[in-house]
Amino acid sequence: MVMKTEAWKRYNARTIWVSLAYAVFLIGAVFGFKHHLFAGPVRYVVAVLPALPIIGLFVAMGRYLVEEQDEYVRMLMVRQTLWASGFALSAATIWGFLQNFDLIGPVDGYWIVVVWYFGLGIGSVANKLSLGDGGC
Amino acid sequence: MENRLRVLRAERSWSQQDLAERLEVSRQSVNAIETGKYDPSLPLAFRIAELFDLPIEEIFVSPARRSSKAI
Repeated sequence: MVMKTEAWKRYNARTIWVSLAYAVFLIGAVFGFKHHLFAGPVRYVVAVLPALPIIGLFVAMGRYLVEEQDEYVRMLMVRQTLWASGFALSAATIWGFLQNFDLIGPVDGYWIVVVWYFGLGIGSVANKLSLGDGGC
Repeated sequence: MENRLRVLRAERSWSQQDLAERLEVSRQSVNAIETGKYDPSLPLAFRIAELFDLPIEEIFVSPARRSSKAI
């Protein structure tokens, strides 16, 4: 963590709110499907609900990059997100081919988000090694 | 980019944090610029120049001029 800018504080607050929404939607969807509370097209809506806060995480990151006033800190985070995106896309591509040749089984697509966040950590290490600052 | 920021700051007995607060950036930004790891944007370069009341080229060394001197 380089520093706690105002934009970073807002990002953290948004992240907490969408994480809470994710927990509520996921628990509600799992409970509803387990007890067969939904039928018809509503099932699709409920199934997608937990995905919306996850998308919110990416929106929060986008807002942070727009709102961050410290250009150096912003650059560190942009570099981290590039590392994360490259890592996640590469992992998905490799996994896809391994799966295509029946060497490994399928994985739920939403795990790519976890891989992407892991990539942020790799980006932070890359920043630390190249610039001496890990980033946020 | 090579620059005289550290010297100018030292002449005023400012810490990196002091300069960062005057420029409204992080201390890490000041350190990255001073050490040449990060080239500031033109708006930030102008803010630095205005703070020290100097032209930009008296703070930041043009890479082209630096290389021509080397030749």
